[in-house]
Amino acid sequence: MAINSLIFLRNLSLKPLAMHSSHSLKILSMLTFLATVFAVSLVTTSVHAEQYYSWQMENFAINAPLGGLKGNAQRGRQVAIDAHKGSCLTCHEMPIPEEPFHGNIGPSLIGVATRLTEGQLRLRVVDEKQINPETIMPGYYRHPRHFTLVSDDYEGKTFLTAQEVEDVVTYLLTLK
Amino acid sequence: MLKTFVKLVYLILASSWMLSVAYAQSPRSGYEFLTESTREMQDDEFANPGMVEVEKGRKLFNTPGDNDKTCATCHGENGEKLNPKKIAQYPVYNEEFGVPFTLQKQINLCWEDQLDNVPFIDDCVEVVALETFVRHKAKGETVNVDISGPLKPYYEAGKELYNTRFGQLDMACKHCHDYNAGKKLRGQVLSQGHSNGFPEYRLGTGRITSLQRRLRECFVSFRATPFDFGAEEWINLEVYLHARGNGLKIETPAVRY
Repeated sequence: MAINSLIFLRNLSLKPLAMHSSHSLKILSMLTFLATVFAVSLVTTSVHAEQYYSWQMENFAINAPLGGLKGNAQRGRQVAIDAHKGSCLTCHEMPIPEEPFHGNIGPSLIGVATRLTEGQLRLRVVDEKQINPETIMPGYYRHPRHFTLVSDDYEGKTFLTAQEVEDVVTYLLTLK
Repeated sequence: MLKTFVKLVYLILASSWMLSVAYAQSPRSGYEFLTESTREMQDDEFANPGMVEVEKGRKLFNTPGDNDKTCATCHGENGEKLNPKKIAQYPVYNEEFGVPFTLQKQINLCWEDQLDNVPFIDDCVEVVALETFVRHKAKGETVNVDISGPLKPYYEAGKELYNTRFGQLDMACKHCHDYNAGKKLRGQVLSQGHSNGFPEYRLGTGRITSLQRRLRECFVSFRATPFDFGAEEWINLEVYLHARGNGLKIETPAVRY
């Protein structure tokens, strides 16, 4: 496969010399097109494969923000509602009156910031299994290597991005 | 006097606690977790959308195969010669093949061997319709899967899968259906996840759903890759789930959210 493409490229670069100008123009435009496709694919893969920021647990808390990122409470509230993102409402009652049917599998998050510190909240969002190995709660920033039979679309990815985790933590800190 | 009284109080407390534990652990059908209107829909055979599937199954049951025989040739036009007690024992261990046979697999074997037909693809619409028709024959019968014999290792394998976390959500069946039954997942109430109503009509998807299909749906919502159609993992899970619901009454076709 690789050799074939090499030969193909060599032919492309040699032939235009002996060819009609309109021909070389065609080939040139084709090459430009290919280069664009290649560049676009590079950009999209770099968007999807976010680097994993390692974190440290101390006394059942992660005190440092993931990757030193700064959260935004307004965005965090949206992540908490979004059924394909945090979807916290599936299991927790929250002060989000416009959304009906809050779950009650986990504890209520109303006033959670009066009970837990920022670092404790961050650990619970990142990987609750560090505290309770039998928990039902997904680890939203658990390392993907711990997962079994993940479908192709989500292979090697964390549930939320580091930025989204920080947004949620910042939002949770407003629940006093 | 006081001592006997205290002993009596302890005895009452202990026995009530044991009773409550027994109640919590005894299998409860998903029916008990339904709203009143959904129960009514299931109970009324004219309102129950799953009955459409029973009728489709009945039609196939009376459709001649390549050798002009039909299922009805042996089992009667309405399947009246089928033994409901035997239906309630599925999945069973098939000595000849040396593997567990789900009801669907047995139906498919008959379809191929007795009617000379090309067998159905695992879990396709037709074979699920036939399964619904046949299992409906055992409605009200008590689920009775024998795991004391050769099914035991398959039961254990299914139990292990039931307790294994899968997908990006990293959850096992037990996390919803053993630990959190009765609690609310958004607007839904989690059931104990029993199999006595399958194949069942799901209001959420608006279609008849075999047990295997339901398991695939769960896998997709876990963001996990489901096993292949008819894979042994599904069979093991079916053995475990049916045996786990031993003692419940068959409700096919049940109506669930």
